[in-house]
Amino acid sequence: MKALLAWAFAAFLLIGCPAAYAVQPDEIMADPGKEARARDLSRELRCMVCQNQSIDDSEAPLARDLRLLVRERIAAGDSNTQVIDFLVARYGEFVLLRPRFNPHTLVLWLLPPLALGGGGLALWIYSRRRSKFPGTRDEGLLKLTAEEEARLERLIAKETSPEKPA
Amino acid sequence: MIAEAGHYALVLALALSLIQSTVPIAGARWGDVALMNVARSTALAQLLFVAVSFTALVMLHVGSDFSVANVFENSHSTKPLLYKITGVWGNHEGSMLLWVAILALFGGLVAAFGNNLPLSLRAHVLAVQGWIAAAFYLFILMTSNPFLRIATPPIEGRDLNPVLQDIGLAVHPPMLYLGYVGFSISFSFAVAALLEGRIDAAWARWVRPWTLVAWIFLTLGIAMGSYWAYYELGWGGWWFWDPVENASLMPWLAGTALLHSAVVMEKRNALKVWTILLSILTFSLSLLGTFLVRSGVLTSVHAFATDPTRGVFILLILCFFIGGSLTLYAWRASTLKQGGLFAPISREGALVLNNLFLTTACATVFVGTLYPLALEVLTGDKISVGAPFFNLTFGPLFVPLMMAMSFGPLLAWKRGDLLGAAQRLTAAGIAALVAIAVAYAWTYGGSTFAPLAIGLAIFVIAGAMTDLAERTALFRAPFATAMQRARGLPRATWGTAFAHAGVGVALIGIVCETTWNSEYIGTLKPNEVARVAGYELKLDGVTQRQGPNYREMIAQFTVRLDGEKLSVMTPSKRNFTTRGSSTTEAALLTRGASQLYISLGESTNEGAVAVRIYHKPLVLLIWWGPVLMAFGGMLSLSDRRLRVGAPKPAKASRALQAAE
Repeated sequence: MKALLAWAFAAFLLIGCPAAYAVQPDEIMADPGKEARARDLSRELRCMVCQNQSIDDSEAPLARDLRLLVRERIAAGDSNTQVIDFLVARYGEFVLLRPRFNPHTLVLWLLPPLALGGGGLALWIYSRRRSKFPGTRDEGLLKLTAEEEARLERLIAKETSPEKPA
Repeated sequence: MIAEAGHYALVLALALSLIQSTVPIAGARWGDVALMNVARSTALAQLLFVAVSFTALVMLHVGSDFSVANVFENSHSTKPLLYKITGVWGNHEGSMLLWVAILALFGGLVAAFGNNLPLSLRAHVLAVQGWIAAAFYLFILMTSNPFLRIATPPIEGRDLNPVLQDIGLAVHPPMLYLGYVGFSISFSFAVAALLEGRIDAAWARWVRPWTLVAWIFLTLGIAMGSYWAYYELGWGGWWFWDPVENASLMPWLAGTALLHSAVVMEKRNALKVWTILLSILTFSLSLLGTFLVRSGVLTSVHAFATDPTRGVFILLILCFFIGGSLTLYAWRASTLKQGGLFAPISREGALVLNNLFLTTACATVFVGTLYPLALEVLTGDKISVGAPFFNLTFGPLFVPLMMAMSFGPLLAWKRGDLLGAAQRLTAAGIAALVAIAVAYAWTYGGSTFAPLAIGLAIFVIAGAMTDLAERTALFRAPFATAMQRARGLPRATWGTAFAHAGVGVALIGIVCETTWNSEYIGTLKPNEVARVAGYELKLDGVTQRQGPNYREMIAQFTVRLDGEKLSVMTPSKRNFTTRGSSTTEAALLTRGASQLYISLGESTNEGAVAVRIYHKPLVLLIWWGPVLMAFGGMLSLSDRRLRVGAPKPAKASRALQAAE
């Protein structure tokens, strides 16, 4: 599928996201702790002229500007949320690769848990209904009689006996 | 001449597919054997004509006939022969031709090897295949004809996008399409069953091998694509949650669910209606993937709106097949009888649980991929849904799934013994705890989450081995007896164990790569040394070289570990003159399952070059896992029970007829 991406790639090469690496040596902050924070934040932010690349991956000039901006804010003492808020205020929610939880992303965030919960509930109801109505008859089918148990025991014993010479 | 012949062959294939899609159905309605048999001959003839058409396009590309627009736009006379051939499907028109060629191949296979199918079922299956084929032939002929000529032929072509000039691209799309299109068979079987209003366990026996074939190719195709992205795109990422990747992941998830529910249907005659629905959904997701990639809707909604012919055409195909099959399902599914009762704790129950998680995972990818598009169309708001969203929502779904994976095969059909299974998994549990402890101690102070994930992976692998040990009575019976039993085990059991272990292996790779990856970013001058994860990499120098259709800057690194010379690595950067674009050729050094990875950036005037060096521990396991899964699939496919064309034709078909 990555190659299919590559066909779409032709399009995104045109708008300037060559597929080389991103963070340039001259951008790196002196403090490794702050640099690590900057890298983590960069992975959450979208390069807005690329197709689905974070600014950490993209080599587009805009992505570089954003990376520098993130580092600038961190150097100025902003917390992670402050940096994110600053960028959202400037560029809109489009810049976030993980959309915020709000009314217009409700379906996006709630669908996975609802699908799991709903599916699980449906299965539970279904299995209860099936075990209730055909009820007793199935129990009879599923449970072995004492005679059958004994026969099963004998069969198993026969099956395993050649392996145990003792 | 070649172009016209190819074009004409394609038109003939369309005509044949129209016959194939109508006559056999009429035959089945009237009970006319001759008419039903038309399906077989038209499917084979269709395969022949598509093959002619595809060969024609390959010949045009190999011969660099630039009077054909498709060749002019995607080829160049100096391009190496291999890429002239692979360039055939490195573009929209050619890849669609490959799509229909593979569709015809599958149709031809059903026609050739389906002698032991009931006649009316085969007629219906091939007719549905005919509908799909006809729709896509029309699409190609009306909107994406690869055989169009240019009035004044240019002397030289525009060359193929350099990123695509790679052996990975030679193999990846055909594999992926074999997977995508392979699911059309289970779709056709499902629709045929709905049309006939009849389905039984024998049906599942037919569908399972075909689904398995498609699944194997899709698994390998996705893994190939991921590895290709890893080494070719130059920043060491292997999965980006890109919409185009998601488009292939969705059918894979649904297909994996289908594979498991088909087992229940075959063995226990239960979950019929659900299996039919999954067959329909899996191929629908393949079609959706084709739409997403081919319509340009992903690049931007606006690009789609300004040149909508192709997109709208595929959208119509999509609506017709998905809408039509789901309507048919809603209408006819109730006529199919449910069978096979089972308790919640049973092999069936475990497989149902597997289906619940896989379909939820699939729904998550679906909503994450399409939500931004839908929101933009509906409200004009633009949001992005990327890797952080999927990691947060998709990842957790796999934890319970993988926990359950070890239990499933140990439970009995109908009613299982959870406690018994847990007891038999004690050894696997202990192995997992040891792995967690070791990983935690080894990386003390690091991530707490990663060792747990490693433990889960070990549990899955050990669980798969427990299943084999239990069935062969290893450790309980004498070794020779166990070996004898191992030989006697159905290959499908081995297949299950390998495929499940493959999931665990891939998880180890994923966790190690994402958690303990080390990197070095910097500018190096000749004879300077970079240190990454204990390795010393010295830049010896930078040279220039002329390739067949590009210029190349090559840097040479000497790699040392503990002062001892290991190897020389030569990453490079290529400039393709015709397109004026460049690619990064990363250098990889494999040490066991780990890799050193160097990719070059820009060079400065003083002879220094920007480099990025990674050490990726156990990264190769990410792809060995899927290879193991596909190997498991192949083992399962070679099971006597499933072997395509297994010799029990007459009886099987009579049993099928009588099943009403």
